[in-house]
Amino acid sequence: MSTLLKIRGLKIEGRSDETWNPIINGVDLDLAKGEVLGLIGESGAGKSTMGLAAMGYTRDGCRISEGSVEFDGIDLVNASADVKRDLLGKRIAYVAQSAAASFNPAHKIIDQHTEAPTQHNVMSKGESADDAMDLYERLRLPNPQEIGFRYPHQVSGGQLQRAMTAMAMSCRPDLIIFDEPTTALDVTTQIEVLAAIRKIVEDFDTAAIYITHDLAVVAQMADRIKVLLRGDEVETAETREMLANPQEDYTKSLWAVRSFQRPQKPAINTSATPVVSVRNVTAAYGKIDVLHDVSFDIHAGRTVAVVGESGSGKSTAARCITGLLPPRIGHIEFDGQTLPLSYKQRNKDQLRQAQMIYQMADTALNPRVSIGETIGRPVQFYMGLTGKDKRKRVNDLLEQIELEPTEYFNRLPSELSGGQKQRIGIARALAAEPKFIICDEVTSALDQLVAEGILRLLAKLQDELNLSYMFITHDLATVKSIADEVVVMKDGKVVEQGSKDQMFQPPHHPYTDLLLSSVPEMDPDWLTNLLDQRGVDNIGDAAVKKM
Amino acid sequence: MGTVTRIILQRLALGLLTLLVVSVVIFTAVNLLPGDFAQSILGQGATPEAVAAIRQDLGLDQHPVTRYFQWLGGAVQGDLGTSFASANFAAFAGSDANANMGTVASTIAPRFENTMFLAGVTAAIAVPLAVFLGVLAALYRETVFDRAANIFTLSSISSPEFFLAYILILLLAVLNPILPSLSNIFDGMSFSERLERTLLPALTLTLVVTAHMMRMTRAAIINLLASPYIEMARLKGINPLRVIVKHALPNALAPIINVIALNLAYLITGVVVVETVFVYPGIGQLFVDSVKLRDIPVVQACCLLFASAYILLNLTADIMSILSNPRLRHPK
Repeated sequence: MSTLLKIRGLKIEGRSDETWNPIINGVDLDLAKGEVLGLIGESGAGKSTMGLAAMGYTRDGCRISEGSVEFDGIDLVNASADVKRDLLGKRIAYVAQSAAASFNPAHKIIDQHTEAPTQHNVMSKGESADDAMDLYERLRLPNPQEIGFRYPHQVSGGQLQRAMTAMAMSCRPDLIIFDEPTTALDVTTQIEVLAAIRKIVEDFDTAAIYITHDLAVVAQMADRIKVLLRGDEVETAETREMLANPQEDYTKSLWAVRSFQRPQKPAINTSATPVVSVRNVTAAYGKIDVLHDVSFDIHAGRTVAVVGESGSGKSTAARCITGLLPPRIGHIEFDGQTLPLSYKQRNKDQLRQAQMIYQMADTALNPRVSIGETIGRPVQFYMGLTGKDKRKRVNDLLEQIELEPTEYFNRLPSELSGGQKQRIGIARALAAEPKFIICDEVTSALDQLVAEGILRLLAKLQDELNLSYMFITHDLATVKSIADEVVVMKDGKVVEQGSKDQMFQPPHHPYTDLLLSSVPEMDPDWLTNLLDQRGVDNIGDAAVKKM
Repeated sequence: MGTVTRIILQRLALGLLTLLVVSVVIFTAVNLLPGDFAQSILGQGATPEAVAAIRQDLGLDQHPVTRYFQWLGGAVQGDLGTSFASANFAAFAGSDANANMGTVASTIAPRFENTMFLAGVTAAIAVPLAVFLGVLAALYRETVFDRAANIFTLSSISSPEFFLAYILILLLAVLNPILPSLSNIFDGMSFSERLERTLLPALTLTLVVTAHMMRMTRAAIINLLASPYIEMARLKGINPLRVIVKHALPNALAPIINVIALNLAYLITGVVVVETVFVYPGIGQLFVDSVKLRDIPVVQACCLLFASAYILLNLTADIMSILSNPRLRHPK
């Protein structure tokens, strides 16, 4: 096979505070025509930077300092802007992580699709529009004749991601860079998009670089896998060989991530009063009910995982428990006492007992307030401690979350890593000395290794302090590792609940089954087998049902 | 379209409410002005009886609340009252107050028309120029052009208006006599003649208002250049001008429209200095003269007109910003 893309000794630097810091430290990469290369690593590994460099593009504040990028014999590092512009969109295309953000909100999807072909004089607008409908049909988008005439906000995330793949195909490029195209999607939607991408790449024999942090996903998509760590290559191998026989310790540690699993705890003593009890709650936004007759219990020292796709009502249930959204029907009990529906009517002690940890630690921390103050505020507000006592309590809390107090007390959130920020979120919740903590997708924004650290910390704290957790997540691997009981939600209803062991053993509710079987596995044949098993048409049906 | 119609109706209702509140403020403020018309027309030696007679004549002796509602009731029907100054003149001439001569409406109308003409000519030059320069500055950001455009527009906005006016007169009327330095337009002038005479004040005002609009256009566009969809457009190989005009500008319209509206409102309400320099018979001069004379009905009417212009322009900007959002134009 002939080489399409050849990168040699590539070094990229990014500027911060007037100095240039290395992002990529000399990486080689070869890609043959029609080949799919998986690029994996944690955040900060330089995957996206590498992918964009393969297009001869660097983001503002970055520069290629050394090395060469050769696409089909053209030197992209030294090529003029005009030469590169002629290649981009036409021969090299890009599919971004968030289709919702990467489509221009001001224009119809079809107008954005036909832009590259018409600007590059590949096709007329009419030809390109006809071709778009053909591509939409291949990608099994519902209403392929009509969907292009909608604006991006009128189309669901999974469909938009497929429309963007179609857009990348509009000029029939030789190479497509897929930059985490399914990371933001639910598992069931992810399958549709993965199947669509694989089909179209095979149909047109397009070469691709598939960037992701999800090993199971890359196993389905790539012929070859390259592992990156902080700008350096760790190793490269054929997919099957890499999975069966990783050489480097770092690669092995990535493979081992999903091993953290808590044993199932003994059955609940049903006569004990649950810490939190959600009783027949129906709740509405405006006039539309989004929760329907939801009931579940959370007992002392247990973790209840609430799982479901986006829009299933998981977070709404949490809002009802905290009183942010008073239920229309039903009520919440805490230690057997009925709580006032709205948080405004709850007293300080009732508020103190239920705390929250948020998904985006970044936005949940005030960027201008030091760590010590962030944790100190609830210590003072709820426990009434001031001065030395407060300082001591904050230090204790920092030790509990495994951060050195003297080093971190005065830092600002911007001086912490993502995992450390999430630990601060945990400490802030603990500061109120609650019985019950709601964890809302606390690990979904984190890398797998970091996420595992957070899960272990939460488990340790639970054992020490006998905490109860409501763990909202869409990630079934997380459920497996931390939950004691599981509540499965769909369209605002509880479809199944029980202990974790029950949940992961058949027979399942059909929806639980769909969720479980949609979680990608390391086996490179998993997607092929699953599609065969479900019958390709089911994927289209699933898409229609989601409309 | 249901949402959009509802939002527009809401804004209209809010606009009317604002106007009502403003009318109270105007009335109160004007009545708090020191001195009154009767006193200032009769001078120091006026007998209290004479002052009282004139006050009674003009209804100034009635309770302020009564007078407010009389004024408001008239204004709603388009009757802004009678100008004290012209009513007085008519009375001295020995005839009954001529209904047509002395009304506030007939005093203000021609002046307001002139002001609108000047504002229109200025807007027709300044708005396209500002948006065009803003787009270019965003396209060539951090270059010599960008800096030069910034320095030029900022120095013009920082200079006093009369100074700019005299420089333009020096350049375009004295050294190179292209345009007339006096802009005393009157009824019966042909459009082209009017336009020629209005051009110098319009150019002066253009210098004053362009900077603000241009900088906002530039900032609003540059603000969006880090968006993923702009990166996507670049990665599709779209040329930089098209990226800005087609991908960034439509999403940057809301803040630009708002700044344009503010500047247009300024053109209608705040150009007294420029009018004076060019002897342009606009509403600004009338307003100042009426304040000097304590001609309360005219002052009130001018204030009400200015307030309406502000509210109407902001309302339009609001509605246009809403319409520039495709999420509202095309609900799910």
